Amino acid sequence: MGNEPIGGSDSDRDAAAKSESDATAKTTADADAGADVEPQTEAETETGTETETDGGVRPYTVRLELVDEPGELLRALSPISDNGGNLLSIHHERGNITPRGHIPVEVDLECPPERFDDIVEGLRDAGVNVIQAGAERYGEEISIVFVGHLVENDLSETLSRIESEAEAAVIDLSLAAPDGTDATASARLRLAVDSGRTDAALESIRSIGADKDLTIVEPLLGGEA
Amino acid sequence: MGASRRLAILGAGDVGRSVADLASEYGHEVVALADSTTATVDPNGIDVAAALDRKLGGDEIGADDPTVVFETDYDVLVEATPTTLGDADPGFTHAKRALETDHHVVLANKGPVAERYGELRELEADSAGSIRFEATVGGAIPILSTIEDSTPQAVTAVRGVLNGTANFILTRMAAEGLDYEHVLAEAQDLGVAEADPTFDVDGTDAALKFVILANVLADGGFSLEDATVEGIQNVPGSALDLAAEDGRTIRLIGEATRDGVRVGPRLVPENGALAVTGTRNIVQIETRNAGSLHSSGRGAGGPETATAVLSDVGRLPPL
Repeated sequence: MGNEPIGGSDSDRDAAAKSESDATAKTTADADAGADVEPQTEAETETGTETETDGGVRPYTVRLELVDEPGELLRALSPISDNGGNLLSIHHERGNITPRGHIPVEVDLECPPERFDDIVEGLRDAGVNVIQAGAERYGEEISIVFVGHLVENDLSETLSRIESEAEAAVIDLSLAAPDGTDATASARLRLAVDSGRTDAALESIRSIGADKDLTIVEPLLGGEA
Repeated sequence: MGASRRLAILGAGDVGRSVADLASEYGHEVVALADSTTATVDPNGIDVAAALDRKLGGDEIGADDPTVVFETDYDVLVEATPTTLGDADPGFTHAKRALETDHHVVLANKGPVAERYGELRELEADSAGSIRFEATVGGAIPILSTIEDSTPQAVTAVRGVLNGTANFILTRMAAEGLDYEHVLAEAQDLGVAEADPTFDVDGTDAALKFVILANVLADGGFSLEDATVEGIQNVPGSALDLAAEDGRTIRLIGEATRDGVRVGPRLVPENGALAVTGTRNIVQIETRNAGSLHSSGRGAGGPETATAVLSDVGRLPPL
C-alpha cells in the first residue's frame, strides 16, 4: 500500500469534504480515539484547505503513460516539482504495459489547487502522456503525423473537423515546415480519445485526410509494437 | 534428414541460381534449370556449376526449350520466376502443370499465392503433390512454418516490416535527416533499391506478402486488390523528425488478419521491436494462446531466400 496518499483515498476525502461543517468535530474525535496521530494531522490539513483560499495544498492523483526508456520517469517528474508540486508517492507499474506498449505510472502529489493545471501542462510540454489528471479522465492518447499542404489547406479547419467529426480532443500540435508554410509540411498531433473509440476516431481522421489530400501516418495499435 | 528430391528449377535469377547452388548441401539433386529462354536438363543431375557459369557469363543456360523441364523426371518444381500480378502468369501455369501431373511445387514467386490462392489450393486438392511457399514471405525468416506450427486458427494477426528497401530508406532518412529522393538515390547506388523501386516504395511488394499471410490465416479469399496500400513516397524527413521528438519513428508496416490487409507508413515506438533498421525484416505473429512471437532476419537475397525454398523441400510429404 506504499502508493496510497498519506490521507487515504479520494473517496474518503470526498466524504470528509461533503460533511465538512458537521464532521470536523467527529473526525477529530475519531482520530483522538485512534492510536495513530497521522489521520488527525491530515484532517487538519483538509480543514485548512477548505478555509484558506491561498497557500493551502490539496492532494491529486495523476496517471501517466511513459515510453519504456531510461530517464523517462525522471523526465516526467521534474515538471511536477518545477511547478511547485510536492511528490507524495509514485507507483511505477513496470510489469504492466498499456495496449500501446507504454508503462503506466501513477503519481500522487500535493500542490495548491491553482498550480495543478500548470503541472499538467508542464507534463504535456515535456511530452508526457497524461491519461488522467485529478477527476478529468482521458481514455486514450494517440499520436498522429499529418503530411501535406497543411497550412494552405486550412490547418485550423482540419483541427476543428478532427475535434467534431472524430470526437477527439487535440492536446498539442507540433508543426515542421522546413521548406516554408506553402510547401509540404508535417504536423504531429496528440489526441485524447474516449476509451474504445480509437478505431472510430482513426477512421474519421482517415476520411478527413482523404478530403484534404493529406498523408496520414497513424500509430500502430494492437500487439506489443 | 529428409529424403533426397529431384528438383526442377524454373527461373534463374538470384533465387533460382542460389537454390541450384545450395541444393546439394541439403541433399537434393537438380535435374533441370531454366530461365525464360532456355533450359538445361539431365535426369541424372545437371552440372550446376557449369550451368551457373553460362548464365552469369551471359550465355544460354542450356540447349533445351524451357518447356522440356516438365517432361523431365522430377519430384519438386521450384517456381522462382519473377513475380507477376493479376493472372500471375507464367508462374501460375507452371504450378498448375506440375500439380496436374502429381508433382510437388515450392514457390518463391509471390504472384500465384497472392493473386490466385484459392485456385492453387483446389489444384493441390486434386493432386498427389503439395504446394509450399515459405520463400514468398520474408525471405530467410521462418514465418509461414511458424504459423503452421501454431496452427493458422490460433494466429489472430501478423504485423511487421516485410520490405527491406522501404525500411532502409526510412531508417536512413531518420538517421541522417535526409529527404526521400536523396536516400533513394543512395539506396540505388548501394544496390539496396532496384533501378525501378516502385513496388518496394509504393507498398505493393509488402502488400503481396501480407495478402499471402491473410490467405494462410483465412484459408484464402484475398488478392492484392483487397489490400489497402499506401507507400512511403509522401513521407518527408520532417515527419520522421516529429515522430522522433515523441520517441517514435515511422516504418512501412503491414497488417494481415482474417478481416483484411493493410500496408502503410505507421508510427511505432523508436526502440520497439518492429522498428528494425536497415534492410532487416520483422514480423510479429499474434497468437491466441502464446502471446506475440517476433521473427526477424534477412527478408531478401538469393542464398537467404533459397534456404527457405530448400527448407520447404525438406518438409514435403513423400509422393
